[in-house]
Amino acid sequence: MKAAVNLEKTEVAEFYRRMLLIRRFEEASARLYMQSLIGGFLHLYIGEEAVAVGAISLLEPQDYVITHYRDHGHALARGMDPKACMAELCGRATGASGGKGGSMHLFDASRHFMGGHAIVGGQLPIGVGIGLGIKMQGKNAAVMIFFGDGAVNEGEFHESMNLASLWKLPVVFFLENNLYGMGTHVDKTHAAGRDIYNSAEYYKIPAVQIDGMDLLEVREATTEALRRVRAGNGPVFIEAMTYRYRGHSMADPVKYRENSEVEEWRINDPIDRFKALALEEGLITTEEMEAIQKEVAEVIAEAIDYAKESPFPELEVIHNNVYAHRTSK
Amino acid sequence: MAEIVIRDAIANGLREALEADERVFLMGEDIGAYDGAYAVTRGFLDSYGPERIRDAPIAESGFVGAGIGAALTGMRPVVEIMTINFSLLAMDQIINHAAKLRYMSNGQLSVPMIIRTVTGGGGQLAATHSQSFEGWYASVPGLRVAVPATPYDALGLLRASFKQQDPVIFAEHSLLYGVRGDVPDEYYEVPFGSAAVRRHGADVTIVGYSRMARVALEAADRLAQKGREAEVIDLRTLSPLDIETVVESVRKTNKAVVVEETWRTGGFAGEVASAIQEEAFDYLDGPVARVGGLDVPTPYSLPLEQATIPDAARVVGQIESSFGL
Repeated sequence: MKAAVNLEKTEVAEFYRRMLLIRRFEEASARLYMQSLIGGFLHLYIGEEAVAVGAISLLEPQDYVITHYRDHGHALARGMDPKACMAELCGRATGASGGKGGSMHLFDASRHFMGGHAIVGGQLPIGVGIGLGIKMQGKNAAVMIFFGDGAVNEGEFHESMNLASLWKLPVVFFLENNLYGMGTHVDKTHAAGRDIYNSAEYYKIPAVQIDGMDLLEVREATTEALRRVRAGNGPVFIEAMTYRYRGHSMADPVKYRENSEVEEWRINDPIDRFKALALEEGLITTEEMEAIQKEVAEVIAEAIDYAKESPFPELEVIHNNVYAHRTSK
Repeated sequence: MAEIVIRDAIANGLREALEADERVFLMGEDIGAYDGAYAVTRGFLDSYGPERIRDAPIAESGFVGAGIGAALTGMRPVVEIMTINFSLLAMDQIINHAAKLRYMSNGQLSVPMIIRTVTGGGGQLAATHSQSFEGWYASVPGLRVAVPATPYDALGLLRASFKQQDPVIFAEHSLLYGVRGDVPDEYYEVPFGSAAVRRHGADVTIVGYSRMARVALEAADRLAQKGREAEVIDLRTLSPLDIETVVESVRKTNKAVVVEETWRTGGFAGEVASAIQEEAFDYLDGPVARVGGLDVPTPYSLPLEQATIPDAARVVGQIESSFGL
């Protein structure tokens, strides 16, 4: 665990609050799913919170984030309103996408949160294109593309690294290696094994592998990555080793791994570790943490109530936003 | 008024857009240094430079996705996929992403991107290089599909494509680039969703698009020699589909044949024929006829290829057998 000495007390509180918010949000989502208030697929981010919170905390408003379908954590880390997020999961009219996208397709354009993409690897070329748009318009911004170890065997992963490096685009490739693409271990899917960051070298992209369960290490690597990207030196690659405690989705009976493996990872729980360190360093008090826990509980309760009380979309909106201009044709 | 070929009409439309709007850029395979596989972008690299005439690696999914991303940041990309056959490699980006982002984000995102591509067979390029997939794309909500058959329409539809806020598949037929036609000097557009009546006649309606609109005209000429007057309708866009113009004609002629280059099974002609029957059943003397490509992978050998793709003789033969004309 990195020393937290460079952190402000307000930052510590905010990182703790945000990781806890994601965890409690996901736990609440699981409950709502079991109550059939959430349908479809539900992929929980529990265990990986330090990655989204640490990395996204360093972005500026003009930067962009694009991610995969395990997207609640990134959306909340980027500042999406938990109420709009939960309402979207529940398919309500007040959801972030009016109930049209659901859990896997969250968007918040006002925060440059560009989704929520549910075809494995599909967000990679789009993220590269966002980088291209940024560069062509001479904007001072970067794009952070999150993807999992499941995506790295898709051709689009390689096409995207090639394009971004070839055109020196301001892209941070952020691999969340949680060791499993659905139920298949990375050792069985990737010829080069779990050290996937090595693949970036071939494309002349600087790459590092980090402990994704350590918020401070995530922040340190991201800081360096953004420094390079913002200097116009082209893309960088970060592989964060992380773990999801839950199954791939709520439909996953998790037969492919031992409980002991989960328990081992839990020892390194990103929230517990951060909490312990912050207490040790005197950057937060038990009382302050309890206040945050209480506040987060309220925010989640409010989000659940909001989602439950919100109406379903009117059927008349079904044809809206297929095209820019609604047409009968 | 100037007489130009379709290749130049498209080039003119692209140059016009590049000059009018700095957000417009071209990206695709061999569009720059090579001058374009079909020479549409000849000289563009010199005029606009490598940033805006961006040669891309052969990575269709990658650069189509990059076009989507650039569009999300406010650019107006024109992505060129060398032929529609290669668009299969980018289908995920086109259908799962470009077509859906507006809807899934409830209007927060917009993908104003033109995908220019080359469709059709007839060049002895055999099974993998002779296909016509525009009808597939036309069935996808969120996409627009233009299929010009004249220089006038090529320029007019391209201008209209730049006004669209949604992704457009702009399918140019490989054998039509040299087709000549008049193009006005003054600005005009061809709106999406407006079919053109190419020839008036009262005896039968022939519906086609792209190269098959021209085959339909040729068939009409042959029928005229027998004293039969066909009405020929060029759909010009498949999405939106202007079925009203077709139905109006069928109400007059009471007979319809739909001609399409792709495989007859599952082709877009089936959609058009079905729509005619829904809208004008009581006006029909008989079932709507279809003339499509044979249900085979397009063969290489010339006589085999020619037998695969519909021509005027087959259209006339179908009209004779279906309607006794």
